[in-house]
Amino acid sequence: MADIINQFLRSSCEWLRGKGPESDIVLSSRIRLARNLAGYVFSERMKVADQARAIAEVKRAIEESVLFKKSYFFNYRDFQEVDRQFFLERHLISKEHASERGEKALVVSENEVVSIMVLEEDHLRSQVFQSGLNLVEAWRLMNKIDTELEDNLSYAFHPRLGYLTACPTNVGTGLRASCMLHLAALVMTKQVNKIVQALMKLNVTARGFLGEGTEASGNLFQFSNQQTLGQREEEIVDGLERVVRQVIDHEKEARNYLLEKKQMQLEDQVMRAVGTLKSARLMNTQESLGLLSLLRLGIDLGFVKGLDQTGLNALFLHIHPAHLQKLMSSSLNSGERDQKRAELLRDRLKDINVS
Amino acid sequence: MVCNVCGKNEATIHLTEILNNQMIEIHLCENCSVQKGSDFKSHFNVNQLLANLGEFGGGMKAAQAVRLICKGCSMTYEEFAKSGRLGCPDCYVSFEKQLLPLLKRIQRQPQHTGKIPKKTSDKIKKAFTIRELHEKLQKNIQAEAYEEAAQIRDQIRQVEEKIKKEKESSKELPKKSKS
Ligand SMILES: [Zn+2]
Ligand SMILES: [Zn+2]
Repeated sequence: MADIINQFLRSSCEWLRGKGPESDIVLSSRIRLARNLAGYVFSERMKVADQARAIAEVKRAIEESVLFKKSYFFNYRDFQEVDRQFFLERHLISKEHASERGEKALVVSENEVVSIMVLEEDHLRSQVFQSGLNLVEAWRLMNKIDTELEDNLSYAFHPRLGYLTACPTNVGTGLRASCMLHLAALVMTKQVNKIVQALMKLNVTARGFLGEGTEASGNLFQFSNQQTLGQREEEIVDGLERVVRQVIDHEKEARNYLLEKKQMQLEDQVMRAVGTLKSARLMNTQESLGLLSLLRLGIDLGFVKGLDQTGLNALFLHIHPAHLQKLMSSSLNSGERDQKRAELLRDRLKDINVS
Repeated sequence: MVCNVCGKNEATIHLTEILNNQMIEIHLCENCSVQKGSDFKSHFNVNQLLANLGEFGGGMKAAQAVRLICKGCSMTYEEFAKSGRLGCPDCYVSFEKQLLPLLKRIQRQPQHTGKIPKKTSDKIKKAFTIRELHEKLQKNIQAEAYEEAAQIRDQIRQVEEKIKKEKESSKELPKKSKS
């Protein structure tokens, strides 16, 4: 167990690989499918014996699968609290899956492109990540996996309502497509709220911490389809991709505007952030995410040399509490973490020149 | 601003959700946002929140008058209205009448299209094909692509005929066995 986690710790996750189309603005694309096994009640109402039986059924299907040859199957029983936090920080599991008790399992492909949460709100919540804007490829792979698993699993399906899910917001295709975007310039120019409002009629949810909390979340926004029933998977994927492309254009425009009209102010903000990151002695997660967002923008726009996207993305992940503790191989309280986090940041940013 | 969920603490997190083409602003305190899992890492459940806010809609009032219970999992409609989560696949059948208006409101249309399981019966598969062809037909008519529309009509007729034949042959079988 510890060995596997150390292996993950040394590698980057797919959604932080920093490659793929539009990867300077789109960190990642994700397709998630919700499926439930026929013949069982939904996860929430399951008795322990049924939970074990369902997990065993999924495990068998994974073992039979060709696509999952290189993957891990974890029982939550073998996880410690910090392990669950670790997988949550890597976006391989949801907060809900990480927090609730009971029998649960997790399947992760070696390259972290695919994960399946077993007994989340739905029996199976499968997801495929792709770095950059690459929803079409993510859906292609997800579809293949879903079809293969079906050889050994029977899904709850209704002729009129499609795949049945615990929450009616997921019924039908069970598909949630999403992209995570870094919209630093739209936040700086105070246009993000306007964009979100413009998306209202397009079946798109924009999620992020709007308002004062913006810097805290590192200017990251997730866009996803709101509706899952009544539209083909390909149409959902295509619709979201179109919207995301528009948002990318707006962010690019905002970046150009800042470069042309406000270059000194922009450079000032970025370099102040770098200065803080390079000198602080105590740093909490939220503050570092905000500052790293400015650093990311600085790297994208060429102000900052000495660190590339890959290095930045690794750092982005490593400053999170569970990753930090795994890196230091010790359990740290929040105060100790702030100190170690500041040390880590100073060390990783030592090649960035601020003069 | 006060938190929408607990109504006590100062809201520090402000979310914008789009539901049924309406923008809903949700203001949460730190505590409630953790409970609702309301950050980008996890799926934020609008239904549940709306249920908590007591805005779950028309279906709920109707259900309060009659106590509806799912035969599959013995969940009551009231329980669903509170949690926003159904208990089992049968709930969709047990609460069909109440769910339909909700689905119409939150989904594009209350009719699945797209992928269906390989194991689906032939009859259902054909019904899906026909419905999708009809949609395609409508689109082509709207686009005034009449040649394509005519072709699709032919396809629909072919599938319908197949279904008819299968029906007839399945009716004939029991008769034969009787004689
Ligand atoms: Zn609250
Ligand atoms: Zn039920």
